[in-house]
Amino acid sequence: MASVTTIVSQLTSSAFLPATEFCRLSQSLLHWSQMQGPGIDLKPPPYALDALEPHMSKDTLEYHWGKHHRGYVNNLKKQIEGTELDGMSLENIILASYNKGDVLPAFNNAAQVWNHDFFWESMKPGGGGKPSGELLELINRDFGSFESLIKEFTIAATTQFGSGWAWLVYNDKKLEVVKSPNAINPLVLGYHPLLTIDVWEHAYYLDFKNLRADYISTFLDKLVSWDAVSSRLEAAKVLE
Amino acid sequence: MALRTLATRKTLGALSRFPQQLRGLQTFTLPDLPYDYGALEPAISGDIMQLHHQKHHQTYITNYNKALEQLDDAIAKGDASTAVKLQSAIKFNGGGHVNHSIFWKNLAPTKEGGGEPPHGSLGWAIDQSYGSVGKLIAKMNAEGAAVQGSGWVWLAVDKELKRLVVETTANQDPLVTKGPSLVPLIGIDVWEHAYYLQYKNVRPDYLKSIWKVINWKYVSEIYEKECP
Repeated sequence: MASVTTIVSQLTSSAFLPATEFCRLSQSLLHWSQMQGPGIDLKPPPYALDALEPHMSKDTLEYHWGKHHRGYVNNLKKQIEGTELDGMSLENIILASYNKGDVLPAFNNAAQVWNHDFFWESMKPGGGGKPSGELLELINRDFGSFESLIKEFTIAATTQFGSGWAWLVYNDKKLEVVKSPNAINPLVLGYHPLLTIDVWEHAYYLDFKNLRADYISTFLDKLVSWDAVSSRLEAAKVLE
Repeated sequence: MALRTLATRKTLGALSRFPQQLRGLQTFTLPDLPYDYGALEPAISGDIMQLHHQKHHQTYITNYNKALEQLDDAIAKGDASTAVKLQSAIKFNGGGHVNHSIFWKNLAPTKEGGGEPPHGSLGWAIDQSYGSVGKLIAKMNAEGAAVQGSGWVWLAVDKELKRLVVETTANQDPLVTKGPSLVPLIGIDVWEHAYYLQYKNVRPDYLKSIWKVINWKYVSEIYEKECP
């Protein structure tokens, strides 16, 4: 079974590869990467750290992604090394360590890695506005109106006491707003998360101090990526 | 006839005031700090102290008062489900008020004795239970750093067992939720708002520094009252 180094050196040493050679090498590479398991990595947000300014500062991204999120990744890697969780996908680590609510030590870090990946991808530069298409139809059906969804999501985010998250989820073919404390996320309830906002104080303190309400309305007005929510909804519908 | 009417109106007037005095709902106001906002520097910045006191603690008080008024109303109307629904708001906000009131008294500027280790019976009890003040601090810092999300780390005395205890609570749960006979001696706020502007994600550094401004004199007074 060819090692990565062999494969890469073969690919780079020859200017042209016959199609059959290329196919064989790609398959080896794919096979190798699947055998290693997905691996736990610090994924960068899909935009530069200053791209959400002035609504979410570069400073916040540097600490929130660069220190908090990175810390969860590094601590999780240390925790799972040599255990049966090592090599599992992140989602499976979360479900296994949730342990039906009697959480095992790796849960907090694993869930927070996932939550933060999901959070960065829930935002985009020039975000905000209104959703459209099927997502908007379902919002109107399940909340009455877009404004009503905004209101309910805002209430959930405001009233999640202490640290936690507010979510839009797809469950039983319906859209719902839920909130969760600390690291808990809707995966453990079997829901399909579509959107999240981090309401741990570290998510907004540098930019908004104690004014969580202003952070939430800025998130909804200027940052939320309804495109991401729509793609996630499409993926979730296939699974239900 | 006119006399009777006058008397009735007067009596009615008095009666309408009476229920308020009977219920006597006491609401709360923000206690003053016994030191300036900047007096705990460099351990805790003036910025943090001001926000923490004027915004966070004040908000807990405002919301606690609101919840108490709503509870008072629900009780008067016999509205049991509203009364029960209000319990979480009372725990959050009332707990926030109780905990922060203790916290401000736990702190003192170094030139007023902040950081000076305890002597007397508390010092002795700490040595007995933990080996030394340094070892107690290490234990509290480890437990404080390990609090997931928001909460507090406490040194308490169990007033029944006359024993020192280190405990943590989540969110604004008051210490009594961990044991009805626990009396708080030191509470250290490990919510991110307590340290973020200065220490960012490095909660352990905040925990190391805060001991420089812990008011052990006040802590000893509380201890000696429970364990004379």
